[in-house]
Amino acid sequence: MGAPEKNERLIHVSLLVVAFSAISVLALISLFIFTEGLPIMFRYGFKKFLFSLDWYPSEGHFGLLPMIVGSLFVTTGAMLIGVPLGLAGAIYLTQFASKKVRVVVKPLIELLAGIPSVVYGFIGVVILVPFIREYLGGPGLSVLAASVILGIMILPTILSISIDSLLALPPSYREGSIALGATEWQTVRMVLIPAARSGIVASIILGMGRAVGETMAVIMIAGNATSIPHSVLDPVRTLTSNIALEMGYASGEHRQALFATGVILFVIIMALNTVANLTSRKMSS
Amino acid sequence: MVDAKQFLGIKASVVFALLLFLAVFSSSCSLKPGHKGITLAGSTSVQPFADQWAEVFMTKFPGKAVNVQGGGSSAGIQAALTGAAEVGMSSRELKPEEKVLTEFIVAWDGLAIIVHPSNFIDNLSLLTVRDIFSGRVRSWKEIGGPERAIHVVTREEGSGTRGAFQEMVMGRERIAKKAIVQDSNGTVREVVANDPYAIGYISLGLVNERVKAIKLDNVQPSLEAVVRHEYRLIRPFLLLTSGPPQGLAKEFIEFILGEEGQDLIRRQGLIPAKLAGEISQDER
Repeated sequence: MGAPEKNERLIHVSLLVVAFSAISVLALISLFIFTEGLPIMFRYGFKKFLFSLDWYPSEGHFGLLPMIVGSLFVTTGAMLIGVPLGLAGAIYLTQFASKKVRVVVKPLIELLAGIPSVVYGFIGVVILVPFIREYLGGPGLSVLAASVILGIMILPTILSISIDSLLALPPSYREGSIALGATEWQTVRMVLIPAARSGIVASIILGMGRAVGETMAVIMIAGNATSIPHSVLDPVRTLTSNIALEMGYASGEHRQALFATGVILFVIIMALNTVANLTSRKMSS
Repeated sequence: MVDAKQFLGIKASVVFALLLFLAVFSSSCSLKPGHKGITLAGSTSVQPFADQWAEVFMTKFPGKAVNVQGGGSSAGIQAALTGAAEVGMSSRELKPEEKVLTEFIVAWDGLAIIVHPSNFIDNLSLLTVRDIFSGRVRSWKEIGGPERAIHVVTREEGSGTRGAFQEMVMGRERIAKKAIVQDSNGTVREVVANDPYAIGYISLGLVNERVKAIKLDNVQPSLEAVVRHEYRLIRPFLLLTSGPPQGLAKEFIEFILGEEGQDLIRRQGLIPAKLAGEISQDER
């Protein structure tokens, strides 16, 4: 065996090691979260963690229901704002806008993804929160504020994946439909969207994953109260904020309970990702 | 095909990468506390003050490094126990199982109840404050103000400030779940400064002109009122070492407890350890 082949082998092996080290980090993180979080869940029972309303970690009450519901509310709110905007934008940019407009607007919207979340949070605190407090009532730090900001944050995800899946459709779909006498809107509604459905669904689920996982911006604008909100103007705490807020001071069982929060979050995100993968696989097949 | 020249090139770049890695690694090592430096870690309430203590100390004794980190009281206590930091900082008293540490009360800090400067309230009784934070009093109207909901702002579970407030104001009562939770003195102050209907509590030393510290049972929170034994919401700032302090840690703690350090503490708006020390002992 000559030096070049030997060298080739060396590179193969080292790339393999590098690739696996990336995967092993993921494995380590999962292992760590579960070994830290599961014991306390077994000790107190899953039911208490999932269905109790009392979060008083210093007194040994670890009810995560307000945070689970909180994450659900904020995410739903973000979807209500982000999905229509993202979808409408994608349809406009792929079907109705001229190519010139698309090359300018699409990168601009994707730029939104590059803005750090703390900046979103800051804008929320400075502009949105006082606005809500003055004109709609409540403390301003609320489900509504978090939903609006998260809705904007997930826009680039939904928009760019939806655009890609709409552009991936064979031009014959559109041409055929138009040739049969359908209007442009009928073509979009009855031919293109159904055909690109799995890509669009995947984009929505990925956006949802981002909304569930977002922490910094949410801590700044959601108010973080540990009760289930009765209106969109009430403060709310999500699972991620619960961990980030209290990690600095937590010790003992409190700390373990925060890892248990992480376990629940992990399961939710994994479920979302699996669904997203399955739907996008269905699309490609 | 990779010829010898290219191969050498790859080798060189691998060696270069390794060297770079080593350089970064060793320089990050040298940043860690070595023989000449100590680390203070813990309470975020103490941290902004400790930053200044360290600064003054290092100007006075050049070549001695004092590194200040946050993390929270519990983390500071843990760090002192495990030796991760030479000195732990805590703004809550030690639990019995943590008493193995050597503790030094270096200062006292008042807790101020704050509202928006435009708020009509100037004075509240301790009981009313408790009723507001427990959620029994929900509207400013119930205490003579406009018909607007009270927006209670509190700190997160486990915070030293919250612990002190819980102990001194709430007693056995719980802070309402509806309360807005913020994770630092600064953000509580920010929320209260922007919301005319909010009420919160922060370290007395951090009150500024953007918020109004209200009187408690007719006593204006101030250093003088604390010294006169009138203002009761005070808590200790502790420095902790595992065993008697040694070397630089000892020098630093002695500096803080000495005349110069205590003078600095007074200028920072905190209460020097000795001034309030005796009163609180018989109060507790």
